[in-house]
Amino acid sequence: MGEKQEPLFTPTLLRRNRSERFWKILLQFSTFIGIIILVVLLLNIINQSFGYVAIGYKVSPAEIVDPGQNLEKLSVPQLAGIIRQRVSPGLLKQLEKGKTLEHYSQTELVKLVIEKIAKPEIVQTWSFWQSLRMREEIRREVSQLPGTRLVFFSWIRPDILISPQSSNPLTAGIRTALLGSLWIILIAMLVAFPLGVGTAIYLEEYTGDSTLNQAIRTNINNLAGVPSIIYGMLGLAVFVRSLAQLTSGAWLGLSNSESANGRTILSAGLTLALLVLPLIIINAREAIKAVPDTLRQASYGVGATRWQTIWHHVLPNSIPGILTGSILAFSRALGESAPLVVIGASTYITVDPANVFSRFTALPIQIYQWTSRPQPEFRNLAAGAILVLLALLLSINAAAILLRNRYKRY
Amino acid sequence: MNNVTVGKIEVRNVNIYYGKFRAVKNVSISIPDKKITALIGPSGCGKSTLLRSLNRMNDLIPGSHMEGSITFHEIDIYEKSVDPVEVRRHIGMVFQKANPFPRSIYENVAWGARINGFQYRLGHPSMDEWVEICLRKAALWDEVKDKLRSSGLSLSGGQQQRLCIARAIATRPEVILMDEPASALDPIATLRIEELMRELAEEFAIVVVTHNMQQAARVSDFTAFLTMEEDRSGILVEYGKTPQIFTNPVDSRTEGYITGRFG
Amino acid sequence: MKTLQKKRRDVNESFHLLKKRRRPGEQFIESTLVISGFLSIFITLGIVFELGKEALPFFTSSDFNLVKFLTGTTWQPQIKLFGVLPLVMGTLITTFIALLIAIPFGIAIAIYLSEYASFKLRSTIKPTLEILAGIPTVVYGYFALSFVTPFLRTLIGRDIVEIYNTASAGIVMGILILPLIASMSEDALTAVPRTLREGAYGLGATKIETTFRVVIPAAISGLAAAIIVGVSRAIGETMIVALAAGAGPKFTFNPFKGAETMTGHIVRVSGGDLSYDSIDYNSLFSISLLLFFMTLSLNMLSQWVVRKLSEVK
Repeated sequence: MGEKQEPLFTPTLLRRNRSERFWKILLQFSTFIGIIILVVLLLNIINQSFGYVAIGYKVSPAEIVDPGQNLEKLSVPQLAGIIRQRVSPGLLKQLEKGKTLEHYSQTELVKLVIEKIAKPEIVQTWSFWQSLRMREEIRREVSQLPGTRLVFFSWIRPDILISPQSSNPLTAGIRTALLGSLWIILIAMLVAFPLGVGTAIYLEEYTGDSTLNQAIRTNINNLAGVPSIIYGMLGLAVFVRSLAQLTSGAWLGLSNSESANGRTILSAGLTLALLVLPLIIINAREAIKAVPDTLRQASYGVGATRWQTIWHHVLPNSIPGILTGSILAFSRALGESAPLVVIGASTYITVDPANVFSRFTALPIQIYQWTSRPQPEFRNLAAGAILVLLALLLSINAAAILLRNRYKRY
Repeated sequence: MNNVTVGKIEVRNVNIYYGKFRAVKNVSISIPDKKITALIGPSGCGKSTLLRSLNRMNDLIPGSHMEGSITFHEIDIYEKSVDPVEVRRHIGMVFQKANPFPRSIYENVAWGARINGFQYRLGHPSMDEWVEICLRKAALWDEVKDKLRSSGLSLSGGQQQRLCIARAIATRPEVILMDEPASALDPIATLRIEELMRELAEEFAIVVVTHNMQQAARVSDFTAFLTMEEDRSGILVEYGKTPQIFTNPVDSRTEGYITGRFG
Repeated sequence: MKTLQKKRRDVNESFHLLKKRRRPGEQFIESTLVISGFLSIFITLGIVFELGKEALPFFTSSDFNLVKFLTGTTWQPQIKLFGVLPLVMGTLITTFIALLIAIPFGIAIAIYLSEYASFKLRSTIKPTLEILAGIPTVVYGYFALSFVTPFLRTLIGRDIVEIYNTASAGIVMGILILPLIASMSEDALTAVPRTLREGAYGLGATKIETTFRVVIPAAISGLAAAIIVGVSRAIGETMIVALAAGAGPKFTFNPFKGAETMTGHIVRVSGGDLSYDSIDYNSLFSISLLLFFMTLSLNMLSQWVVRKLSEVK
């Protein structure tokens, strides 16, 4: 009779352990996918940033100089002579506007000869991997093309930082884009930081947990989730169109014909400020909330007012957290391009921005435009620019994290 | 109960609410000057709430309001034209867990005085001198005089609490409220705080909340015993001179608490 | 008499002592803070108002028909066909493909990090995820165009996979929202109290059994919220699809063909020649309005899910 009361347990441990092992490996695999993807991404970009380039010349350098002479070793008078010979009168007049050719430096003249007379053009580019693997084939191919040189080219070269945009991928740089980004981020910072921190202070210190406060909190969370392109549309409708008088500088008399339509650095900066504002508010609120309440009590206990308590105690103890989060928010803004395209980033600017009322472009936009071009050379150029952007973002984020770790007090 | 001299603070028919919940019911008490008054009773009976109402710290809790009157120098401190900030300058507070500012020891004492308009004039102490005076009164000067610029948080628990006392004194209050000031400290530090309280009572009126009966018996001149009614609101059961409360309590509930039968 | 007068004087002095001091500086600061406080509400209202205002001419024009707008399968403003479905379709396909990648891998990573990984491993993987999350979307778009598309074309065939296709964009978008889903899910899983797990271990359950039977059901609201937020993010994503998915609204179910999403369309049209109050201009705002409400409802849904399902605990 006792046997019927005994429950039966069949041994399943082996199967279960096998199942456990199986899943564990699956999960580990999935996790490493993340690292793998990152590595593949970086490798791909680096791959495109270096490689062989076949440069063809409209006029080969060999034809410009006398046989046996090296273009780069010619003297100033010789170079000036060549330029006068071969350059159109209109261009000559432009070049001599400030000073005569003889007053240019030798390197400048060499550069001019190459740019304006030899006019190098990219015939073909290869990626890094291709350059390594198919070295012989490439050499063979290029030697069959007349007048083309094979050069191992690094698309991320120092020149890229100081050259403005140009339609020639060999000479194009990200200078205007970089400056534009910096101006825009600066404006966004100046507007969003005080407003965001002020809002956070108000919400955390001055209002209780009322329904109004909760509604505002939900509202801000929703704003943080709005796609960036919507902010672009908002900026288009408000800053570019309705406030065109303000943002184009017309009220100061500073507008020029190009930017009178309100598509200025100011509009771009204000649009990004709106985008970044919810993030700053949320982050600042967390930092302020983290300050222990006993500190506030102690301050009130000695007879301090609310603002004195905030200014002397709450803020100093939450500033590291606020700064860290804000820096991260701005690095995010640096990478934004969709809203800027919508409000009208310029497709081709070669001059540095003069003031906040100038036309604008930004680094991610430059990358976008180059990537959209059909010619593969621009793909390589974009890769170089991406490396610059990533380096910039990495240093900003690293600075923010260092800041956070240094001031981790509580 | 004391009706010959009017106390520094007079509490009359005070009810304190958190929202709809009544935490303190119909308490009337008189806080005499230059004496130590202890509030004792089981936990949850509203002692701390009552204490915090004396310097309007309850204002900081949303939803709390009070009925009745609390007067200081015969002025109702809850009157509309009275600034709670000013009240707290005259009625200081020391909290249960020491909470010095994360600043230097010097700054901890000086800041409160500074924001309340401390000025240096001939014949009056400078800030340095005032900081020393306050630290001396808090029996902390000798231990910190060489490290005034080091952080207040670098002190031991007992020292931090004495620093908080020095900080409270710095605004030149007339009353010091203490909410279980020694409950987070070891016995030796506790004794030092109790000695300090006796010294301070020569200059200030002190109100101390404590759940340590022996401490109340040791230290205070007057004792008020509060307890909790069925609706969880706190009431004043008995109030009188300490020796009388502890040896000859009038109310049986008081006797029950003191002899350890409950609480 | 004298003592009474003295007493009154004392009282008066004391009264002045306690009277409210005027602090104008503080009042000014407080008023500026109040203004910023209401700023966020102002912005939200502003978005709805501005989008609505600019879209209104489109909605009220004679060529507009709400049903045709939402169900029509051709978008050609020149011949007055305003069916928004092709764009919505494009968005949905890319989002769907993105989710195919991001959900399984994201949740798997979350499970691994919260249940299995050692401290050292966590401190390598979490920063990696953060870096992935911080990469600008243009860079992802570049990656899609220069790597994923050629890869797909070699893998599946050049005649099947077009140069611009929604599959590449979808895959890369999945990579984009992967860190988001992973970190939100991980937060949800680690928030499950230890005691719940210990109950299962105490019965002799293996880790994976505990995870599936106890931890995941307990964290289901957080996981659902993570997925919904991921969807919202994918719907609103612009640069990846602008670069890799294709131009021109096309109603197709084939992920290997090009198609345009709502966001891609907005970016393409506004990046070109756009005159105010043209039909193109106003229709852009109508699409934006649709997009705004889609993402807004998703975000509110995710918040509701967290609130509602965690009550069950």
